[in-house]
Amino acid sequence: MANRSVFITGVGPVSGLGLGLSDTWPRLMAGESALAPVQAFDARAMGATLGSEIPDDFKIRNFVPKTHRKATKVMARDIELAVSAADLAARDAKLITCGTDATAEPSYPSDRIGCHIGAGLIAADLDELTSALAGSVDNQGHFDLHHWGREGMQGLTPLWLLKYLPNMLACHVTIVHGAHGPSNTITCGEASGGLSIGESLRIIQRGAADLCFCGGAASNVNPMAFLRQVMTGRMYAGSDASAVRPFDQSACGGVTGEGGGIVALEEAASFKARGGSDAYAKISGFGASQTVHRETLNRTPDPAGRGIVSACRAALREANLNADAIDLVIPFGLGHPDWDNPEAAALHTLLGDRLNNVPVLATKALVGNLGAGSGGFDLTIAAQILKTQQMPAIANRPTPLNGLGATTPDRLNTVLVCATGTGGQNTAMVLEKL
Amino acid sequence: MSSTKIVITGMGWITPLGHDLETVWNGLQSGASGVAPTTHFDATTFPTTFSAEVKNFDPLQVVRHPELHAGIGLNTGYALGAAVQAWEQAQLETYANLNPERLGIYLGAGEGTLDFNPYVASNLAGWNTDTQKIDGQKWAQHATATMDATRELEQEPNMALSHLALEFDARGPAYNCLTACAASTQAIGEAAAVLRRGDADIMLTGGCHTMIHPLGMTGFNRLTALSNRNDDPQTASRPFDDTRDGFVMGEGAGIIVLETQAHAQARGATILAEVAGYGSTADAYRITDIHPEGRGGAAAMRQALNSAGVTPADIDWIAAHGTSTKENDSIETRAIKAVFANGDDVSSVPPVSSIKSMMGHLIAAAGVVQAITCVMAIRDGQIPPTANLNTPSPGLDLDYVPGVSRQAQVKTCLSNSFGFGGQNDTLVIRATSY
Repeated sequence: MANRSVFITGVGPVSGLGLGLSDTWPRLMAGESALAPVQAFDARAMGATLGSEIPDDFKIRNFVPKTHRKATKVMARDIELAVSAADLAARDAKLITCGTDATAEPSYPSDRIGCHIGAGLIAADLDELTSALAGSVDNQGHFDLHHWGREGMQGLTPLWLLKYLPNMLACHVTIVHGAHGPSNTITCGEASGGLSIGESLRIIQRGAADLCFCGGAASNVNPMAFLRQVMTGRMYAGSDASAVRPFDQSACGGVTGEGGGIVALEEAASFKARGGSDAYAKISGFGASQTVHRETLNRTPDPAGRGIVSACRAALREANLNADAIDLVIPFGLGHPDWDNPEAAALHTLLGDRLNNVPVLATKALVGNLGAGSGGFDLTIAAQILKTQQMPAIANRPTPLNGLGATTPDRLNTVLVCATGTGGQNTAMVLEKL
Repeated sequence: MSSTKIVITGMGWITPLGHDLETVWNGLQSGASGVAPTTHFDATTFPTTFSAEVKNFDPLQVVRHPELHAGIGLNTGYALGAAVQAWEQAQLETYANLNPERLGIYLGAGEGTLDFNPYVASNLAGWNTDTQKIDGQKWAQHATATMDATRELEQEPNMALSHLALEFDARGPAYNCLTACAASTQAIGEAAAVLRRGDADIMLTGGCHTMIHPLGMTGFNRLTALSNRNDDPQTASRPFDDTRDGFVMGEGAGIIVLETQAHAQARGATILAEVAGYGSTADAYRITDIHPEGRGGAAAMRQALNSAGVTPADIDWIAAHGTSTKENDSIETRAIKAVFANGDDVSSVPPVSSIKSMMGHLIAAAGVVQAITCVMAIRDGQIPPTANLNTPSPGLDLDYVPGVSRQAQVKTCLSNSFGFGGQNDTLVIRATSY
């Protein structure tokens, strides 16, 4: 099975720039930013004001078949985003599934379709939960756990828990598209998306599926989830949307938000056999590693970025390429020196002086950190870059870190996409033009 | 699966029945119960007042580097405790050629425990009774003053993974999957795949979880998935019994050390058993229900048998998912029959029992404790019983090993894990000499 090539055949980016490639790509090429003051709640008292929110007109009902409309009631925002992104990816790949067209012959048998989706720690909707909690308050205004156990909890819908299980992103996607093959949910912070795509890649390579939906989605547009991000100490506190500056000397923090990306991966021969053409790119290598940085308890990467290098080298090894082949890097690129500097050090180690000529395109400058969704989003952009042979401009980097100043690639044949999660998991993927 | 054999060389667990291999195994053979009134919080008015808790365990007493683990959650502590046992049994402390970049981790760990009191108090402080919405500013003022950054970070589901990496200097491929109750079975299967690909020399795998906290128990009580037998907690978990009324929440962890047979032999390790087969499917049926015929469960069992190169007749014991819910036990029985019975003749079905009858349901960690039990059953030729099974249930006509353990030749075991949302994973565990 070692020779089974895997193509990216459909992409579904979702972010503050919009839903799907047709919304996202022109805005990214125009350098538009999705960062803006948080609308969903008043975030100012948390020490951060900017966020990246999905456009207001988003309606999950537009992304599910009629048969699945009722199930949208038990979808947390994270689930809605994953289901939407998968729908976009399936349609973009012109795949026929029971989710895109239940009346036609599906492109693949159900047991040949897998699904691997990265998810975050899903935060409960506070309005819904508190409306129930408020019924169990004693005379002093304190929460009464005895009352909650006896009566109060009945204020929650019986299926409440099912909105917040991380595997429900993949679960809904498997139901919508009739994916009965291997399915998994990876929960490794911002590395979740890359790891999930890596799992799909492995599943297809070893012959356990021919089509996989993979990537990730997450929403931190929720007071609790947002505060957890603020408490990591790496958020930009101000209100200037152009101040998120990955790999700039003035980088001072990132911005969190919501979104992600799902891609359709197909085994190359199966893709051709179903009449597919115009795939985006080939995934030719994948690597994963763990950072061990005891000084910060893995809360930041080690200064030399050793773990990042290790994942990148593993991906290159599998791709049978050396680092000279890399034309463009889509990095984690958070926009905070504790993360940017180790990543820059890793890229120096990997690319040496060539780094001066290899653009390092950080999408977080414009769409923010999408958490478990960020790796999937980045892969959709990398795929589109290889297909169109066009690259968005590097944003918000007036005074680049040493070696991070390249703006135009010599060519666009090979892209390295990497990510590092809070907790130290690293992923890297090598994509090649078809 | 290819011919590369993946073997188990170390195991450890922290469970409601004890904190070391032999104590827990003795408990399982004698039909002991780990169930008692809940002490983690005041559950006296909850629909379910009891659970299977880990008792009196302090992980910081057993790890070598307690300074790396200040502020960890309960689940991470259980994982560390289990991993220390596995590490010692595998004699990795004295293995001089251990390369950190070739030491990987694949966990199926649950999220940490919500910091309930400040969370609820913040929600109530931010609650606007007129609008029935949270006032973000008031919420944030209370939350930022009462919540702790470490406590919040340690709830992320990849924290057990990160702490294991810190403790053991594991820098190889690192994943955490969270597919509800199937997670640690899936983790073991995928960890074996990482080794088979040659991406690591040694993998630590397994899982940990606790949902014995107010909102965890609320969630499952609202789903009416838990037993309410408050007058008799110790017999409440009664898988396959006609009077079963739900599962009993447990908590804990199990960790095993995996390596290729060649690697284990080369370093002179004692091989305990082989992870011979693995199957993984999605029901893709409904959010709330298992497919009535156990379609996905049966498919996962068949895949696991095929990948192990064995037939149903080779299986000596089935470690059932066996939760003690009406739905699971009926459908699991149906799925087992579909794979193992000849029509209505169930004489060809091997003994089936559920250790959840004794230690409750460890959710994400449920699969790994079954896998470890399989190895112990093989070692001692003892099949653990299904405790509390006194009243046969119509249609549930397999040999469930009621009440007392049974001496038998056990060479090959099959272990099932089925997750909420339709995730099905099955392992085949085999003796090294068969």
